Amino acid sequence: MNELADHFDSPERQAHAARLGMWVFLGSELLLFAGLFTLYGAYRAKFPAEFAEGVRHSTKLLGSLNTAILLVSSSFAALAVEQLRRARRGRAVALLLATQACGVVFLVLKFMEYSEHFALGIYPGGQGRFFAAHASAHFEPFWTLYFLTTGLHALHVAVGILVLAFTTLALGRGSFGPKFIHPVHNATLYWHLVDLIWIFVWPLYYLA
Amino acid sequence: MTTTFEPELRVVPSAPPRVRDLAREWLLTRDHKRIGILYFVATSLALALGGTFALLLRIEHLTPGPTIVSPATYDRLFTLHGVTMVWLFLIPSIPTAFGNYLVPLQIGAREVAFPRLNLLSFWIYVFGAAFVLCAMGLGGLDTGWTFYVPYSSSSPSAVVPTLVGIFIVGWSTILTGVNFIVTIHTMRARSVSWMRLPLFTWAIYGTSIIQVLATPVLGLSLLIVMLDHAFSWGLFDAARGGDPVLYQHLFWFYSHPAVYIMILPAMGVVSEVVSTFAHKNPHSYRAIVYATLGIAFVGFLTWGHHMFVAGMSVFDAGAFGVLSMLVAVFSAIKVFTWLSTLRNGSIMLKTPLLYVFAFLFLFVFGGMSGVAVATMSLDVHWHDTYFVVAHFHFIMVGGALTAWLAALHYWFPKVTGRLYSERVGMLAAALVSVGFFATFFPQFLLGNAGMPRRYYAYPPEFTALNVASTLGSWLLASGLLLALFGLAHAFLFGPPSGDNPWRSRCFEWRTASPPPAHDFEQVPSFELDAYDYTTPWPEEPPLESSAEEPS
Repeated sequence: MNELADHFDSPERQAHAARLGMWVFLGSELLLFAGLFTLYGAYRAKFPAEFAEGVRHSTKLLGSLNTAILLVSSSFAALAVEQLRRARRGRAVALLLATQACGVVFLVLKFMEYSEHFALGIYPGGQGRFFAAHASAHFEPFWTLYFLTTGLHALHVAVGILVLAFTTLALGRGSFGPKFIHPVHNATLYWHLVDLIWIFVWPLYYLA
Repeated sequence: MTTTFEPELRVVPSAPPRVRDLAREWLLTRDHKRIGILYFVATSLALALGGTFALLLRIEHLTPGPTIVSPATYDRLFTLHGVTMVWLFLIPSIPTAFGNYLVPLQIGAREVAFPRLNLLSFWIYVFGAAFVLCAMGLGGLDTGWTFYVPYSSSSPSAVVPTLVGIFIVGWSTILTGVNFIVTIHTMRARSVSWMRLPLFTWAIYGTSIIQVLATPVLGLSLLIVMLDHAFSWGLFDAARGGDPVLYQHLFWFYSHPAVYIMILPAMGVVSEVVSTFAHKNPHSYRAIVYATLGIAFVGFLTWGHHMFVAGMSVFDAGAFGVLSMLVAVFSAIKVFTWLSTLRNGSIMLKTPLLYVFAFLFLFVFGGMSGVAVATMSLDVHWHDTYFVVAHFHFIMVGGALTAWLAALHYWFPKVTGRLYSERVGMLAAALVSVGFFATFFPQFLLGNAGMPRRYYAYPPEFTALNVASTLGSWLLASGLLLALFGLAHAFLFGPPSGDNPWRSRCFEWRTASPPPAHDFEQVPSFELDAYDYTTPWPEEPPLESSAEEPS
């Protein structure tokens, strides 16, 4: 992976292509979540009271803690790239590992949140005793969307952790030097996207 | 230089290639040209399948009542036809097969930016397509290709496996789009600036943007339907506060731009063919470029016209109607540019140009009917009738498939280094055009008279027009078979074409036909513009004796 692929005439061009490819792909990912935010807007306009009530039921402490964790992890990722630019590979590896650790903590907290909801009888699809007890109002769209959005986001977190893990492994083996950091940069770009999406999920489902 | 032997023989010059080596060289190739050919074979198989389903559907409609299949089978057949044609043929056909082969050649690159990703996209497509076909073949699906809720969440057919397959194919679409965008941005030869890009490459660029931005929304809508069918999440279930029309909004936010995924590359082909066979600069290069980008952009804002009867305010309907008509304005700019390019050109009437003539007629016809159905008051009458079926088949078959055939005949010598029989090619083109018109024109009349789409039976007074349509479909199929025969014969026995049989000046013709493994022996300087037919060009081969001297 370290050398220049023969269809590129310079390493700069190759790095530029790889970065642009990642940015375009991230654009595609954004549209995926844009669909979910559209659904949120449409259903919130239809059931404003139920959405407000749903937000009151969300686990604010865990959700906000997760926001902080993702923000910290993102800064670790950014620092890792910076350390790599300065050819400090050991520090970069450590920072990337810290990023992944934050990701794992995020998933654990998310899982705890889900189990709290399940304990209250809140399951996706309006199934569970919570919805049976509130049959007069339509809480289903809020909670189904909540599980769908956070679930899809959690899936992206998991993929992000895997991508970072493979990148760290390659970095540890010495595959990327200071002049060949775009694979690491790309992996962290993906991680920042995961973070960025959460920055919008958090106010919509926990604060608003 | 003229090379008459096949490319694979050049790669393994010493001994006759063994089947296993040959298979590995092709199936694991990272060469964009070979991946293009692989895609061509795969998408053509999809076309053959989808076409067979269409013929069966038409035979079923020979009589007002039951003819050859049961009502349940009929529902599955039209779903199979729609899904196969839309996702397995029309969307990938021109971009993946011709785009992969030609975009690097047209920008002076030796490869696409991500060759391994390109190969991966191909195999994802094959895997997804096989998944879709197995699911629908074994389990059957009767929702139509649009998978509207609520029926799709409760249909007792293979909803989930089919949607998983389409989801997989969607990945291939996105990755291909990313690859083309990056290739066109970063791999252009030094002198090939944006405003010197060949128009086909511009078309692929616009298409790729739509692919990258629209496909994830389809993925999301399909995912929600899958969760609903498998785990009863009911996000669109009215009993649980959901809104089924929201599904339609999400679905058409993808599926309407998808129409432009099909038609923009077709327009790119037409731009190339018109310029080459008129031996003339496009009347306005910039007009075509801006119209291409305009369609790619406005295409995202028109989806609502599919829901005029699903409950929509008069204001929304008006806005979506006007935005939809903007597409017609951009398309008209292109049509007039092509026509004025042809005017006073040194016309060389060959098979590809004949297909383009058919395209111009059918596309304008289909486009005008599109303006009509974009008007809410008229659409209320035509909605869900054969009028709409006829309209979109004029665009997708009359437009996209005709252009695909034009592309196939135009670049056949580029890929194989051989010439086909013009007589057979032109006869096939004539059969296809007449057969197409005979198949789908009666459907306008049927729809206007009130025949709904996707119905198994119809009142006896519609028999004559239905029989005409079915007969037309046989003519269309025979034309396609004749074209296939002509090209297959040429592939095996055709005379060598030389490097540039059409005397085109477009960039992809400035290397050997077929191109060497790395596209160019030496990347040309591309000093002469792709459409400059006025500057004398010493490298231009002498005229064939049969071709007429342009005046």
